[in-house]
Amino acid sequence: MIHSLHKSFRVLSTSAAFGLLLAAAPQAFAATPADTLVEGFAIDDIITIDPGEAFELSTAEVTANCYSKLVMLDPSDTSKVIGDLAASWTTSDDGLTYTFKLKPGLKFASGNPITAADVAFSFERAVKLDKSPAFLLTQFGLTGDNVADKAKATDDATFTFTIDKPYAPSFVLNVLTATVASIVDKKVVMEHAKKVEKTADYKYDTDFGNEWMKTGYAGSGPYKTVAWRANEAVIMEANPNYYGEKPKLKRVIYRHMKESSGQRLALENGDIDVARNLEPGDLDAVQKKGVLLTSAPKGTVYYFSLNQKNKNLAKPEVVEAMKYLVDYDAIGATLIKGIGEIHQTFLPKGQLGALSDNPYKLDVAKAKELLAKAGLKDGFTVTMDVRNTQPVTGIAESVQQTLAQAGIKLEIIPGDGKQTLTKFRARTHDIYIGQWGSDYFDPNSNAETFTVNPDNSDEGKSKTLAWRNAWDVPKELSDASKGALLEKDSAKRAAIYEDLQKKVLATSPFVIVFQQTEVAGYSPKLKNFKLGPSFDTNFVYPVSKD
Amino acid sequence: MAVLRFFVTAATTFLGLLAVTFFIGRVVPIDPALAIVGDRAPAHVVERVREQLGLNLPLYEQFWIYLKQAVSGDFGTSVLTTNPVMADIARVFPATIELATIGTIIGALLGVPLGVLAAVKRGSIADQVVRVIGLIGYSVPIFWLGLLALVLFYARLNWVAYPGRIDIVYEYTFTPITGFYLLDAIWQGQWDVFWDLFRHIILPGGLLGYFSLAYISRMTRSFMLNELSQEYVVAARAKGLSETRIIWFHALRNAAVPLVTVIALSYAGLLEGSVLTETIFSWPGLGLYITNSLQNADMNAVLGGTIAIGVVFVSINLFSDVLYRTLDPRTRSR
Repeated sequence: MIHSLHKSFRVLSTSAAFGLLLAAAPQAFAATPADTLVEGFAIDDIITIDPGEAFELSTAEVTANCYSKLVMLDPSDTSKVIGDLAASWTTSDDGLTYTFKLKPGLKFASGNPITAADVAFSFERAVKLDKSPAFLLTQFGLTGDNVADKAKATDDATFTFTIDKPYAPSFVLNVLTATVASIVDKKVVMEHAKKVEKTADYKYDTDFGNEWMKTGYAGSGPYKTVAWRANEAVIMEANPNYYGEKPKLKRVIYRHMKESSGQRLALENGDIDVARNLEPGDLDAVQKKGVLLTSAPKGTVYYFSLNQKNKNLAKPEVVEAMKYLVDYDAIGATLIKGIGEIHQTFLPKGQLGALSDNPYKLDVAKAKELLAKAGLKDGFTVTMDVRNTQPVTGIAESVQQTLAQAGIKLEIIPGDGKQTLTKFRARTHDIYIGQWGSDYFDPNSNAETFTVNPDNSDEGKSKTLAWRNAWDVPKELSDASKGALLEKDSAKRAAIYEDLQKKVLATSPFVIVFQQTEVAGYSPKLKNFKLGPSFDTNFVYPVSKD
Repeated sequence: MAVLRFFVTAATTFLGLLAVTFFIGRVVPIDPALAIVGDRAPAHVVERVREQLGLNLPLYEQFWIYLKQAVSGDFGTSVLTTNPVMADIARVFPATIELATIGTIIGALLGVPLGVLAAVKRGSIADQVVRVIGLIGYSVPIFWLGLLALVLFYARLNWVAYPGRIDIVYEYTFTPITGFYLLDAIWQGQWDVFWDLFRHIILPGGLLGYFSLAYISRMTRSFMLNELSQEYVVAARAKGLSETRIIWFHALRNAAVPLVTVIALSYAGLLEGSVLTETIFSWPGLGLYITNSLQNADMNAVLGGTIAIGVVFVSINLFSDVLYRTLDPRTRSR
């Protein structure tokens, strides 16, 4: 056999060379199929697509397109709520009971009818599972023991929801637009439920289909989820049983692509129709090649926060000085150009009562004066935990330079996202730079996390951002925040938040730098591609293709 | 006896591998509970998951529990994909094997002849050219060359397909059977799918092939130089055998014995070491799986992947030993 080796070698190496040449033959380019929308999107944050469990931003977009809720944000005015499955609703005089009437003839993707029993089951399931987003419902006084009573079907088309305090109706309805309030198909879910052992902290003998629902689907939205493969793709197909306007495209594929540069290449070559994570440099480049851009401000603010356990950072003068030591103008003009705008208050634009005051500017002299007053004329050394992604790395470096001008030496500790977060949650950081996205589209979400900290000890149960930075919030501020929650008059409620934002801006250990603008580049072949005001309103069903 | 010794060695290797990976995974300053519940989970949910995972137990106890399950074939469930780790590995490993096989085929088919050529024409221009090709392959980092190749062949020239294993279009029409897509496509006679797969694999496969070519051609050259200076070659020449026959039949046959080990090791290296290539080319193989899992503190998946690589490495070593014995009659009697 070895006898003829030389011949085989020649034949094989020649064919290998031919193979290489063949690959070099120019090819007509394969565009995305005409009935399919392909988006390049960093979806590595998805860990489950069960709406009763999911709490991640990318998942919110998937579930928003595949599930229906009782109510949804009015896309044209996000301070209002309109019916989704619910045709109408009423509130009792004492402000505690909400009665929803369902639209007639609704069906799940499975073909099963949608009844008030499914709605009640969805609420019960989310509360009993008690996963990350369950607090959105349990904050209304729901518990595993009383949920069957508080959220129940009175007939096939009527669902009543009873809460424990007369909260502002705007607050209650806003919360019900969140992913966790998605309505699931009781029959399909329970067919896949698994028996589990009862334990001390889980008192039920079923997993309510959670294991299957992590990758499964039981909803009624314009699209149905066909598959989610971690770090690879989400594939959705049009739901023929959807009650509303039928989606224009048969399929939508979210393809996981981490890097901006990769998305840019793929978009320019027509391998994807939409690029969702383009950085400023790539945005400029794709625009020159005829790619269209669309953007929408999102409910996410980027901030850095000063751990009050650090005795230098705890001095009020230092806290104030820090706010003068950020070059907001330069950051706005370069690092976040197109993907954000300078915003210094804790409520993002678009939410009730949000202020757009940006009083702070880079002022080194003023900061030095404040530091001298704090007895830190020669500055000090401090660390900042920074996750190694843009734009936070760039902002951290910019802040490092401006702090140095006032004699503060900032050491940047780069880390992977989970690593910096682990440290932040344990309160062992000095300065942490990160972002906060509203849990639901209501001012209370941010107000609570930035201004409420009932127990500042390490054992504190309520681990808000204020707690994570060991900020013992003045009682006056927490009380205002809690009071706003019960204010029925929307205008008065807005006024409370406006006042609160000013005070927090002046004294809190949070240096809020900008509000995120989500921007996407898309192929000119697409029609009606738009981003919504929040992650769970990025709807794809109106999109069509030439 | 030799078989027993082999199993003891293999078992010790795996135990060590597991222990090191496990403890490194646990001292990394990332809370694995966060990987399960996500960044925005409330504190009590994080704490409950920590309890469930047994993360509050002492390290050695956690390791003991893991070991007991692993021996019974249960490598746990991946947090990220929610599948059993072994099912995940069975899904991603064929992609890596396919890529590494293409790479090794290219590397061996081109590397051996080039090495022989360089040895025979020692000192000539041809030798120098082969040397430079090898040197570049040795010293240029693959991520750099990979990105450069992507920019050139994908972005500028559009000759090859986007990073990934298969076009989105075919993900619906093509049902793989074995997981080796190229073979599956041939088997099913889906030539358009085969062409698409080929356009995807050729760039990463070619790059890996180039790197293994660099190694194999250098080794071939030195083995061949060694053989060509032997007395039997002089004797063969004296007998009047043709130069082609001396080189390709006599010398290469003797050089082939150590060469098999070199190729096998380079194959094993590609199987475990294509993490960077897989990342750059979004190749859904074992390397990318382990990298993603590591970034998510998904330790069951990382440990499972490490074991899989260990098994492959040990088997390839064993296999090349056996092959060595068949090729070299002298080792058989021992």
